[in-house]
Amino acid sequence: MARARWAYLDRVLNRTGPFTDPDWVPGEAPLESLLRAKILVIGAGGLGCEILKNLALSGFTDIHVIDMDTIDVSNLNRQFLFRQADVGKPKAEVAARFVEKRVRGVRITPHCCKIQDMDEDYYMKFSMVICGLDSIEARRWINATLVGMVDADDPDSLKPLVDGGTEGFKGQARVVLPTMTSCIECQLDMHAPRAAVPLCTLATIPRQPQHCIEWAQIIAWEEERKDDVLDTDDPEHVSWLYSKALERANEFNIPGVTYSMTQGVVKNIIPAIASTNAIIAASCCNEAFKICTSSNPFLGTPESTNYMMFSGDDSIYTYTFEHLKKDDCPVCGNLARPLEVNPEITLREFIESLAERPEAQLKKPTLRSEAKSLYYQSPPQLEEQTRPNLDKKLSELVSNGEEVAVSDPAFQIDFKFKLVFKS
Amino acid sequence: MMKIWSMQQAETAAAGQKKKKVTAAQLRVQKDLSELSLGSTMRTHFPNPDDILNFTLTIEPDEGFYKGGTFNFNFSINQNFPHDPPKVKCTQKIYHPNIDMEGNVCLNILREDWKPVLNLNAVIVGLQFLFLEPNASDPLNKEAAEVLKSNRETFKRNVRTSMAGGHFLGENFHRVLK
Repeated sequence: MARARWAYLDRVLNRTGPFTDPDWVPGEAPLESLLRAKILVIGAGGLGCEILKNLALSGFTDIHVIDMDTIDVSNLNRQFLFRQADVGKPKAEVAARFVEKRVRGVRITPHCCKIQDMDEDYYMKFSMVICGLDSIEARRWINATLVGMVDADDPDSLKPLVDGGTEGFKGQARVVLPTMTSCIECQLDMHAPRAAVPLCTLATIPRQPQHCIEWAQIIAWEEERKDDVLDTDDPEHVSWLYSKALERANEFNIPGVTYSMTQGVVKNIIPAIASTNAIIAASCCNEAFKICTSSNPFLGTPESTNYMMFSGDDSIYTYTFEHLKKDDCPVCGNLARPLEVNPEITLREFIESLAERPEAQLKKPTLRSEAKSLYYQSPPQLEEQTRPNLDKKLSELVSNGEEVAVSDPAFQIDFKFKLVFKS
Repeated sequence: MMKIWSMQQAETAAAGQKKKKVTAAQLRVQKDLSELSLGSTMRTHFPNPDDILNFTLTIEPDEGFYKGGTFNFNFSINQNFPHDPPKVKCTQKIYHPNIDMEGNVCLNILREDWKPVLNLNAVIVGLQFLFLEPNASDPLNKEAAEVLKSNRETFKRNVRTSMAGGHFLGENFHRVLK
């Protein structure tokens, strides 16, 4: 392959710099890592378009992208891989084709689905995951999945997670090394809560046009159209909310309710800023490149910084710091330990054995699997409902290899065990 | 340094590992439930005991305007808990300044003041408090709040009538007395 095009990259890969690790050997090896790396990009929206373009122009050649959405006309101002004619088509596919056409030698495999549709075998194939998402729920899911995949005996099972996020002029880039450094769940309180107006303000003394729209959505809809599920993508639904909000605004002499404001409020749209996306995506891809090639110290190195926040609200400000791992994090605080059990013992006997295990010594354990509440000590009604399980055999309640989570009021942290049946 | 993929990029075959894991929201609710203190005036009901994210809470105030009533609230918690607050609705039509005819509840920590450090106990204590001290300055039922503000005796009478399943203000209230 003609390397001439990559001359600027090779300058970083072919020689050491002031910050490179003394053990790092420039030349073939880092280039090889870059060419062999298989990268998963989650999201092909505002951040995703930037990330895909940046990765392709940074010399990555094997990229997958997942996005469940189709292109909307309102995306076109900043999601630059899409054109008017693409409206309605799947984002992942259009973005992949566009970048493949513009950057020779890159292969992008699109998937138009939810991340939850893919299993661990799929995620295991990648070297690294980069997220450009707008949903906290999706971030928590991929984070828990990657943490759960880590196998101490297999270094390949550790997939660095690079996460970018933007909201208006603010953004963040962070790197998680699952189980080694603070994870998305540890950092849950870093997400700004959705600004909410007290319900009573909406119900009695609206002051702003937005209050009237929220009133239409929360109160009027429930009163008059309870049986329809509100679909904020359905123009008829939004029009209905708009007319209700307008009526209410007139009643209180509040000017300013418009259709597009209604759309913005009900879909909780915060105007996306193209330049914020560009800055955050650039930071994410820069970190991905450094992690992959080891050419320079990267964000997320254990015991160094792992979180870069950016604010463009009032001139420009960034701050990079180390967010510490939480010992009581429900995802990475206490990993599931394999525990050999006799499937023929009862749940009661199993709980008693937990009390005796030196590392646990649980006094009042409450436990469940993903599907089943096995035994709850509290509240009393749930205790009563789950009590019959105590005399059931483990084999009737869980399957071989299933994970159970154990909580105990005496401990801040939860314990997780993977029950392996003795044969 | 991470030399993760300096090694062979063999397709890792981890067979038979597709067991679902307990979710972070489930874990957090489990922890909250184990720390719940309901006292004698409250109890829970889980229509499906395996699903701890959906349940009803029954409050039977033993003092105040609402003494003797039995009030039910539906709790519905999504997978984004505790980032998102639990959704709480009163399942009966009751006369209360902070609860509307649809069962919406005006309690600050259910909406604008929710934080992930708060737990189910905080919400439950908040609900209980609404029955002991209805708050006329944050009304969802404006008429009821006006009455509470201007004449506590009338308010008390209205509450009793509504709790007995009475009809006034054009509404049929649910009978919540035993």
